[in-house]
Amino acid sequence: MRVPEQDAAESAPQVVSAFLERRKEQIAQRWADAPLFRSVFTVSRDEAVEACKAVVDALSDVAVSGRLENITAPGFTPVRDQLGRMSQTRTRTGSTPAQIADEVAGLRVPVVDLLREEFTDPTTAQAQECVMALTLLLGTLRLVVMETALDANAELIERQRQQLLEVATPVIKLWEGTVAVPLIGTLDSARSQVVMESLLEAIVDQRARYAILDITGVPTVDSLVAQHLMKTVAAARLMGAECIVSGIRPAIAQTIVQLGIDLGSVLTRASLSDALAYALGKQGIEVSRADTGASAR
Amino acid sequence: MQSSGQASATSLPIGSDADLAWVRQQVRQCAAQLGFGLVQQTKLVTAASELARNTLVHGGGGRAEITPLDNGRSRGLRMSFIDNGPGIRDMELAMTDGYTTGGGLGLGLSGAKRLVHEFSVDTEPGRGTTVTAVAWVAQVPASRPGVG
Repeated sequence: MRVPEQDAAESAPQVVSAFLERRKEQIAQRWADAPLFRSVFTVSRDEAVEACKAVVDALSDVAVSGRLENITAPGFTPVRDQLGRMSQTRTRTGSTPAQIADEVAGLRVPVVDLLREEFTDPTTAQAQECVMALTLLLGTLRLVVMETALDANAELIERQRQQLLEVATPVIKLWEGTVAVPLIGTLDSARSQVVMESLLEAIVDQRARYAILDITGVPTVDSLVAQHLMKTVAAARLMGAECIVSGIRPAIAQTIVQLGIDLGSVLTRASLSDALAYALGKQGIEVSRADTGASAR
Repeated sequence: MQSSGQASATSLPIGSDADLAWVRQQVRQCAAQLGFGLVQQTKLVTAASELARNTLVHGGGGRAEITPLDNGRSRGLRMSFIDNGPGIRDMELAMTDGYTTGGGLGLGLSGAKRLVHEFSVDTEPGRGTTVTAVAWVAQVPASRPGVG
């Protein structure tokens, strides 16, 4: 798009768009030296220049569509990935969101200077309007960069949440026929579902007759947690395994009683070792000191 | 609500399971700061968990307000759980052990009441529900006779 002469009737965004197209090379050259691009595209300067050009193209597209303040403008779509990668790289190297925002803001001055040079008299109303439009556009770019950075963070948090679900529920084989799940953290519906599934699977795989649910690491046992525990115990029982809930601390025991939860149907022990001793005893396994006679195993 | 010269209330949103965890953490932290013992902390956190879940499940979300109290003799903690949900039609039934409309154990309201010292429910069908629970540091719960 070549518009050498500015038509007076042309709107400011269109002038800005044409200007961005025309001076793409110079703008990219100036931006490539800005910290935002220079520190991200470290392989070669050409790479940085290409990245700058892509951003200039996007800004030009957005300007021509006239939606200067719209951060969801389709013009930004082609560079969203690139901007996301850039902000991620800056975050990894220790920049705070505020610093990244400042760096994006730093892109404004070189372009606005170039735009001012376009006008013989930069004090005319049209020139002012164009500078205003460009400033607005770059403000929107700043928001788009921040938005992509936030999106990336939200995605990361969601992924970590999923990982936590799986990581935090290992099923441990304590002895032949005895498995244990040390529960740690909040036992919400999603977690308890994962616990139940992995426990039932382990009962089948290990041909376990005894399953121990240790809640030492669960800070709060409310009625929902208790219900989840009871359901897990009932399911394990259906699979032919006896379930023992261990690790009930004094404060939790008092709370459960006052809350009115009836855990009478559930076998409980104060500690994991008590629960293991119970399970071993039921299987006729006796553990004793080596020096008192027969070997322990 | 009379809150003479108290430290300001903390307002926490209740809109998801993650928010419940946050409410529990904040209550635990606040209770520890006020000098509640471990057992009382656990009771308070458990009560908060029950009531906040009610706000989420039955009230469709809302907010929790945690206010430190000081009546001169003792320090305490007030927790309010506020929603604009359908309200509770039959208070007596709702406070009955084992009565549930949400598929739970039906111990949320009644159980939480036993875990704190003062408990009140302000509700009207269609106008939402506010449940307020207060506990004081080192005070034997009213339901138990004071034994040494």
